[in-house]
Amino acid sequence: MEKFVQIERVGQTFDTKKGKFVALREIDLTIKQGEFIALIGHSGCGKSTLLNLIAGLTKPTDGVLLLEGREINGPGPERAVVFQNHSLLPWLTCFENIYLAVERVFGSKEGKPKLKARTQAAIELVGLAHAAHKYPHEISGGMKQRVGIARALSMEPKVLLMDEPFGALDALTRAKLQDELMKICEKTKATVVMVTHDVDEAVLLSDRIVMMTNGPAATIGEILDVNLPRPRQRLTLAHDPAYINCRAAVLEFLYEKQAHVEKEAA
Amino acid sequence: MSTMTMNGEFGAKKPIDRSITTSKPVAEAVAEPVKETKMENAAAVAVGTPIGEKLGALGRAVLPPVLGLLILLGIWYVATHKGGSIPGPAQTWDAAVALFSDPFYRNGPNDQGIGWNVLSSLQRVGIGFGFAALVGIPLGFILGRSAFLAAMVNPIISLLRPVSPLAWLPIGLLVFKKADPAATYTIFICSIWPMIMNTAQGVQRVPQDYLNVARVLALSEWKVVTKILFPAVLPYMLTGIRLSIGTAWLVIVAAEMLTGGVGIGFWVWDEWNNLKVEHIIIAIFVIGIVGLILEQALILLAKKLTKESS
Repeated sequence: MEKFVQIERVGQTFDTKKGKFVALREIDLTIKQGEFIALIGHSGCGKSTLLNLIAGLTKPTDGVLLLEGREINGPGPERAVVFQNHSLLPWLTCFENIYLAVERVFGSKEGKPKLKARTQAAIELVGLAHAAHKYPHEISGGMKQRVGIARALSMEPKVLLMDEPFGALDALTRAKLQDELMKICEKTKATVVMVTHDVDEAVLLSDRIVMMTNGPAATIGEILDVNLPRPRQRLTLAHDPAYINCRAAVLEFLYEKQAHVEKEAA
Repeated sequence: MSTMTMNGEFGAKKPIDRSITTSKPVAEAVAEPVKETKMENAAAVAVGTPIGEKLGALGRAVLPPVLGLLILLGIWYVATHKGGSIPGPAQTWDAAVALFSDPFYRNGPNDQGIGWNVLSSLQRVGIGFGFAALVGIPLGFILGRSAFLAAMVNPIISLLRPVSPLAWLPIGLLVFKKADPAATYTIFICSIWPMIMNTAQGVQRVPQDYLNVARVLALSEWKVVTKILFPAVLPYMLTGIRLSIGTAWLVIVAAEMLTGGVGIGFWVWDEWNNLKVEHIIIAIFVIGIVGLILEQALILLAKKLTKESS
């Protein structure tokens, strides 16, 4: 499907105590089914705001967002979100956290054994079968994030939205989860929108990188096509000229064209 | 964001606990606290502490409170040993032995054993408190969920909360026409405020992340309450319960002094009329000990429940 997610002339203005704050303006983006999109930009550029708009957690002040031709009116399980800080419920085990989502989405059509099997499959997909009955505070940050991903995938969403899912993890764990995510996407053919500030992550994972200008009133600056064949291997890519070019293009955008944030901060 | 801080706490808990337990018994660990490896060694030493040190630690834990009680007894003895209207420790002890040798006698409605008096006070607190929980906790949930209702009800609560519960006693007597339900009703009034306020605060402080999860999953209101709100609010509710049981136990003594019947408060007043001052002192200790037990039991319950739910 060519026009799976459509974002048309979307703007977002917040009412603050100091008056109106324009976070986003004139965002136009079309996402194909099965595509992996990375949203990248300096902090405060409204990447997460845009993700929340697709999730339906906030409503746009201008423009419209469509999924399969229908307007996005509020949050829903067909647009699952992997939150930045995993957001697992601490009083439920990993299994129960996922089960809560599975039950909500499939509970009306399927019996308990089927729901449990779905939950088990989701937890196995992220390689955490051994930790299924542990509580979130008993497992590491990387494992929590994997449970968060499993919860989102278990709902079989049309779009998987990820808000800096690996931002809080150390470099080694992050690399491991990125590889896992690539395999999962391969398997499930998921449509993914991921917010990130990591250039390597964006180039490694995505089909297109949406680069955003600095806020306030941020919008899409450039869109980069990443034409690298899949499956991708991070080690072979490191010397691939196409990969290096993509990386350079993003870096150039962030640190030359949109560098003024850095100067202001300094 | 709040889950992040929660994780920070979870993560930080263990090392902090360890440094406290290890740096105490081993003096060297304090002298050189910079090196992480030294701390690890200290942990190893702490596991294999000899019995002498364990006894020492026990002594350090038990000695101060025992010493404090002894000093209290000493002051009491010195203050009363020249005679006077207040009995000394020995006299009170003798009276207590006699009293507790038969705590459950009944000689008519106004002369019953101390056991019955304590139990009937506890019963009143239990009933008043139970009703307060039944009304206060759901009300707290509603006020926490609806900003409009909260704005409507909060001024009323602020106005009524500082009123001494005893001021409500005449109204209770008027409505119920009997002393016993009036006393229970006083307990209800004083217990309900902490329960409403703590529950409402707990509901307002449920991390936005959890509510976002609920929104993305589009959970039903029932699931939101049972799977997210209730577990998240539970610690706040338990704090409310603990605060109100403390107040309830304070208030029941005063209420019973006014209403009469059977109960520890009435008993104090009765013994004052009989001029048995040693019994009044015993009653003070009994009230204190029962209050302490109630509080500790609730702290224990809170720990158990929050451990299961966190």
